[in-house]
Amino acid sequence: MTALEPSTSPGSSAPGGLVKSVVELDRVVIRLAGDSGDGMQLTGNRFTSETASFGNDLSTLPNFPAEIRAPTGTLPGVSSFQLHFADHDIMTPGDAPDVLVAMNPAALKANLTDLPGGGLVIVDSDEFTPRNLAKVGYATSPLEDGSLEGWQVVPVPLTSMTLEALKDSGLGKKEAERSKNMFTLGLLSWMYHRPTEGTVRFLERQFRRKPDIAAANIAAFRAGYNYGETTEAFAVSYEIKPAPMAPGRYRNISGNQALSLGLVAAGQRAGLPVFLGAYPITPASDILHELSRHKSFGVRTFQAEDEIAGIGAALGASFGGALGVTTTSGPGVSLKSETIGLAVMTELPLVIIDVQRGGPSTGLPTKTEQSDLLQAMFGRNGEAPLPVIAPRSPGDCFDAALEAARIALKYRTPVMLLSDGYLANGAEPWPIPSVDELPDLRVDFATEPNGAAADGTPEFLPYLRDPETLARPWAVPGTAGMQHRIGGLEKADKSGNISYDPANHDLMTRLRQAKVDGIAADIPPTDVDDPDGDARVAVIGWGSTYGPIGAACRRIRRSGRKVAQIHVRHISPFPADLGDVLRRYDRVVCPEMNLGQLSLLLRAKYLVDVQSHTQVRGLPFRAAELAAVVQDVIDSTSPTASTGGTK
Amino acid sequence: MTTSPHTHDLGMPGTPIDARIQQAIADSVGTQGEKQTALKARDMKTDQEVRWCPGCGDYVILNAVQSFLPSLGIAREDMVIVSGIGCSSRFPYYMNTYGMHSIHGRAPAIATGLAASRPDLSVWVVTGDGDALSIGGNHLIHALRRNVDMTILLFNNRIYGLTKGQYSPTSEVGKVTKSTPMGSLDHPFNPVSLAIGADATFVGRAMDSDRKGLTEVLRQAAEHQGTALVEIYQNCNIFNDGAFDLLKDSSTGPMWTIPLVHGEPLVFGPDGAACVVRDEAGGLRIAETNQVGAAEIVVHDATRQDPSYAFALSRLSSQDLRYTPMGVFRSVQKPTYDRMMLDQLEEARTQGPGDLATLLAGNDTWTVSA
Repeated sequence: MTALEPSTSPGSSAPGGLVKSVVELDRVVIRLAGDSGDGMQLTGNRFTSETASFGNDLSTLPNFPAEIRAPTGTLPGVSSFQLHFADHDIMTPGDAPDVLVAMNPAALKANLTDLPGGGLVIVDSDEFTPRNLAKVGYATSPLEDGSLEGWQVVPVPLTSMTLEALKDSGLGKKEAERSKNMFTLGLLSWMYHRPTEGTVRFLERQFRRKPDIAAANIAAFRAGYNYGETTEAFAVSYEIKPAPMAPGRYRNISGNQALSLGLVAAGQRAGLPVFLGAYPITPASDILHELSRHKSFGVRTFQAEDEIAGIGAALGASFGGALGVTTTSGPGVSLKSETIGLAVMTELPLVIIDVQRGGPSTGLPTKTEQSDLLQAMFGRNGEAPLPVIAPRSPGDCFDAALEAARIALKYRTPVMLLSDGYLANGAEPWPIPSVDELPDLRVDFATEPNGAAADGTPEFLPYLRDPETLARPWAVPGTAGMQHRIGGLEKADKSGNISYDPANHDLMTRLRQAKVDGIAADIPPTDVDDPDGDARVAVIGWGSTYGPIGAACRRIRRSGRKVAQIHVRHISPFPADLGDVLRRYDRVVCPEMNLGQLSLLLRAKYLVDVQSHTQVRGLPFRAAELAAVVQDVIDSTSPTASTGGTK
Repeated sequence: MTTSPHTHDLGMPGTPIDARIQQAIADSVGTQGEKQTALKARDMKTDQEVRWCPGCGDYVILNAVQSFLPSLGIAREDMVIVSGIGCSSRFPYYMNTYGMHSIHGRAPAIATGLAASRPDLSVWVVTGDGDALSIGGNHLIHALRRNVDMTILLFNNRIYGLTKGQYSPTSEVGKVTKSTPMGSLDHPFNPVSLAIGADATFVGRAMDSDRKGLTEVLRQAAEHQGTALVEIYQNCNIFNDGAFDLLKDSSTGPMWTIPLVHGEPLVFGPDGAACVVRDEAGGLRIAETNQVGAAEIVVHDATRQDPSYAFALSRLSSQDLRYTPMGVFRSVQKPTYDRMMLDQLEEARTQGPGDLATLLAGNDTWTVSA
């Protein structure tokens, strides 16, 4: 190994004669891994921002434990951040990293098996102490015992070089050590030619009240960059050209951010105040945090005493004429079920956001899963239908929030929006939409009686429906002459009075279902990507599997095979043409991060022999694995099979 | 801040309602005439048949509320009554206001969202001992500590009526019911103690059959800014008949009832024979009036900030209702949740309302040119 002398004068010119080469790559997957306290998520986010502003397409996968600070240096405490960036359009955070940065032996051990042979491993050699090695069961140091021979390993004393760079900063050792993530970021920024001004600005902003900490972090960041430039340990740096993207203005955005902005935009476009009732829960809390910062848009956020109160308050606000929203994850939906039923019965607009995580019960709070679909569809007593929609990427969470609000307001119904942990925390470049092009969500409140009593006096009938949408009128308290009572008891058609009449209950049950079913006429047709139009196998998915399925389909097509990708955004109701679309293909494969929930719905509704492919590892699908599964299906589909019919 | 001429002032600070809601209300005033504030008791009634059991205490309370509400001068369209589940929770159907008959225990949560987003409304919760203290206990205490501007009427009949006679969280220990053939084991809640423990800013208690006393407590509760809780003893003549006879009976009532009158000494019983004095441990105790000096008798002060006094008052009564204080225990001023929420919104808008395009763009953008 090359002796690594810390650069004593960061910023000095490179040692004479050191010539570094630049290699051009089309894509790279980097994984940063460290202790939960090492700031890997921050480092990853910064690297992502640099990459976004450079113009690469990108996709990220943060992966962290539920424990805030698991014991230092142990396997359960390892937190990682994977970033895939490229000079072309990409769809996933990458199946496996090309580069692993491991801040300690635990991070190395937890992630090494994901790194293909020959991959680059950068480790903080200072952390490979006998004590830290023992914590994770390494009898000898993997840096010395030859066990890493299959990879290119570069041990770098990140900690001691950070301390050296900050020796005059006035900070204590512990505090100075915390900047090692910025040193690492500096090194990576040099290695991949990332712009650095954004990070400097970010650090100045982040620590504006602690200028010495800001200065130390910036110094460490620069020292890491300069080290890359001057050291002999890295002879090569890499260039990944910007990806061609549609012209326009972009920003980087995570799913939870996009969802929050979508809700603010929905309120603005509807001309209604947004009221969020929520209880903190991983991985949905960031939406509460984000919305609580937007009071200047008239957004009210209410951190309730529990999940039930969160949705109850939101429904109360909807009754009062607000756009009521509640955000949660699966366990919270379980608690909210009864109130969702009340919203179905009272036919008030309400947006329910479920950022799904691994279940059942507490499950895997910080990991992703799609296993709340059937709960969203059916998890209530009685016949309680509601629209369900799911975004497909972090940026799409913005449009999905607007669409959920549109349906809720137009049809006076609770709407379930199913995001997930991967979308919530993952990020991608996002073309900033023009406000004028956002949908107009204005609604008319009822202000005049719509009926007459037996004696001819005008009266308000709260359940007299719009003939087209079957939505009921929305009259808000404060409106004279429109006083009415609603509630959970069955309503008489039109008048909304309590009714136990058998025929009326049958009618109302069917009306509520028909209202939701009718939305199918108001949504786009099924999204099918079948480039030549003659594929015989289709892969259907919903939600965040869009990226991995899309990437898998590209691989399959590159292999000369044909495959169609069908993506379902509206799950209740399904697009009107979905049955016909499915029946066009000989075989339909449905990958899901659950045990086959969409498959069950498709089979039940369309009598199509959907083949379910499932995985519940708390992580997104790997495109290569999916491609292999679908290729097997394609290759086993009889060449003589008829096309265009059911089999 | 906008003050609409059509929005009745409830004694609350003027509040800007979000524009479209304001417009909807203004539109309706155009078509419906002015705010409906000049009301009589009959204007509060609906065309719905009242379906409580004949003889139920709920009728008396309904009549008292219908008679008294018009005197507040609040337009009926500005009132919203939210209830949970139980006999008492049918209340909204019989009131010609806006109303929501919601789900079991959740009325305070729903009312919180409504009151917090519409500070211009007069929001009422009608609930029972099972609804408020059992399934909805959590929402009740949190509504009280937050001090959202609303009035909670807790009808306490010490029994589950609508489910036909199981013991409730206010039933006395040993109560024999369908679900407790050998007597109940649970120690009951004292709703007033619970509310004061949750730092409620207004807590009162009244008797269903005492129209005058009930109306007086309701009036003070309605005028209170913040969450007001009124426990109303209500007779269930089917499953727990006579539960409050000790206090209602003209022979025993005066002996065991401690009327709470702000500024008056706590003297009660026939001929004022009993009184309330401080005890050695810092609480309160009952004494014979002729055994103590006049200066020792506690003068009722509902406005003490420290809730210990009101709490001690609530602890004078036993579960068999002897020494039950009736009236207003506590009435103190604290900023209301909805007002503070509105203040934050206004503070956030001091630089003008948010600009959506700026928000969507964020801090770090880049441009791809054609």
